[in-house]
Amino acid sequence: MFDDFLVRAIVAAVLTSLVAAPLGCFLLWRRMAYFGDATAHSAILGVALALLLNVPIVGGILAVTIFAALCVTLLAGRTHSSDTILGVISHGGLAIGLVAVATLPSQNISLETYLFGDILAVRKIDVLGFALGAFVILGLMMLRWSRLVTATFSPELAFASGQNPKREELWLALIIAVTVALAVKVVGVLLVAALLIIPAAAARPLARTPEGMAIWAAVFGVLSAIAGPLISLQFDTPAGPTIVCVALAIFVITNVVLALRSRT
Amino acid sequence: MTEHLLSVDHLDVRVDGKIILDDVSLRVDPGEIITIVGPNGSGKSTLLRTIIGVTPPNGGKVTRRPGLKVGYVPQKLRIDDTLPVTVRRFLDMPRPVGGARAAQMLERVGAGEIAQQQLSDLSGGQLQRVLLARALLENPDLLILDEATQGLDQQGSAVFYALLDDIRADTGCAVLMVSHELHVVMAASDRVICLNGHVCCHGTPEIVASAPEYRALFGRGTKGALALYRHEHNHTHDATCDHTH
Repeated sequence: MFDDFLVRAIVAAVLTSLVAAPLGCFLLWRRMAYFGDATAHSAILGVALALLLNVPIVGGILAVTIFAALCVTLLAGRTHSSDTILGVISHGGLAIGLVAVATLPSQNISLETYLFGDILAVRKIDVLGFALGAFVILGLMMLRWSRLVTATFSPELAFASGQNPKREELWLALIIAVTVALAVKVVGVLLVAALLIIPAAAARPLARTPEGMAIWAAVFGVLSAIAGPLISLQFDTPAGPTIVCVALAIFVITNVVLALRSRT
Repeated sequence: MTEHLLSVDHLDVRVDGKIILDDVSLRVDPGEIITIVGPNGSGKSTLLRTIIGVTPPNGGKVTRRPGLKVGYVPQKLRIDDTLPVTVRRFLDMPRPVGGARAAQMLERVGAGEIAQQQLSDLSGGQLQRVLLARALLENPDLLILDEATQGLDQQGSAVFYALLDDIRADTGCAVLMVSHELHVVMAASDRVICLNGHVCCHGTPEIVASAPEYRALFGRGTKGALALYRHEHNHTHDATCDHTH
C-alpha cells in the first residue's frame, strides 16, 4: 500500500493535521495565531545549519524550531507585547535562514522544497517518522490536556490550585515546535501556520467546549489532508497549498453557516 | 508543626519598582472568616495574588500548611469568546469532577439550571455562583475570595454572603476575602485586617472599627451600620437585612 506515493503523501499529511489542528486551538485561545509562523519561518535556518554541520536536516529543523518557540514564550509579555515578539522572530528568522542558505557552499538544496513543502516526495522511511512524531505529540498532548486548558483559560485559577501555568506554557511551546518540524515537509515553512490555525478557526462556530473544538479541528484537518493531495493530483496543483485551500473552504462554510443560523 | 492554615510573614511586594505591600504579616487558622478591607490601591488584590502564587514576593514568604487545598474565587474572570466553555466544563478545571457532584454543587449555589450554558452568556450574579461552585469542588480548607460580590446589587450580594455563611457552617472551611462592603464585612467576619500598603490595624470587627487608623481611612460613618448589622446578624440570617437603612 505504501508503494503508492499518493498514499504516502496522504498518510503523512493526515498524521500531521491530526496533531496540528488541536494544537492550533491553543494558539487561537491564547491569541497567538502567529506563533506557528514565528517557529516555522526559522526552520529555514535549521536547514542551513544542518547542511553546514552535516547533520540530518530534520535534526537541524527541530533544534531551531524549539529554540524559536522557547524564545517567543520567554520573551513575550516583558518589554514588548506578544504580537511584537512574534513579528520580530517570524520575519527575522526567515531572513536569517535565507541569508544562511545563500552563504552555504553550493549544494543541491532546493529552497522551494522547504518554502512550499514536498509532500509528494515522502519516502517510506519518512512515513515512519511522521507516525512516530504524531504518536509522541498526541501522547504528550493528551497527558497534559487538562492542565494545558486550565493554564490557558485562567493562569490565576491554575496557580491557586497548585499548578504552574508557566510550565504548561513551555510544554505547549515545545509540543508545537515539534509539530511545526513535522509540518514543514507537508506544506512548507510559509504555510505551516495554516495547518495549525485554519482548521481550529473552522471548528470554533461548532464547538461548546474546548474538547469539542479540538475534535472538530482534528476532523477538519484530516479532511483537508485527504482531499488536498487527491485534488492536487487531479488538477495538477501544488499539494501543500491545495491542502490549505481545502481547509480554507471548510472555514468559510462553517462560518457562513453559523452567520446564517444566528440571523434566523 | 504549626496549625495555621496559612502564614504570611513580612511580605514585601514591588510592582515596577513601586512598593505595593510593605512588611505584611498575617495568619489564617482553620474555620475562621478573615476580611481584608482597605482603600483602592491599598494592595488588597496584590496580597491575595501573592498568597495564591501569581505574583512573586520581593521579600518575606507565604507558608501553606502541607497539603492545604485552596479554593479561589477571582474578582473577575477574563472570558475570551475564542475559547468555548460551558458551565459544566468549567467545573472540571483544574481537575475533572464527577457528574453527580457537579450537579449537586450547582444546585447548592442556586445555579442548577445553567449547567449547559456558555460561561460567556452568564449574568454577573450567575457567574459569581458558578465561580464559587468551582472553588468549592476543590474541597478547600481555605476559600479565598477577591471582591466576590463586585457588580452585584445589594440584594444579590446579601444572598451571596448568606450562602457563604451556610457553606462555612457546613464544610468548616476558613475564608479569606477582600471586600468593599464594610457593613457586611463587619457583620460576617471573625477578624478584620485593615490594609493600606501595610497592616494598619487588625482584630475583631469591633476593635478595628474603633481603631483610629481605621477611622482615618473610612471615617466614622460605618460605626452605626456596624452596630445595626451585628445586631441583626445575632438574631436572623434573613438575606434582606440590607434594606433597613
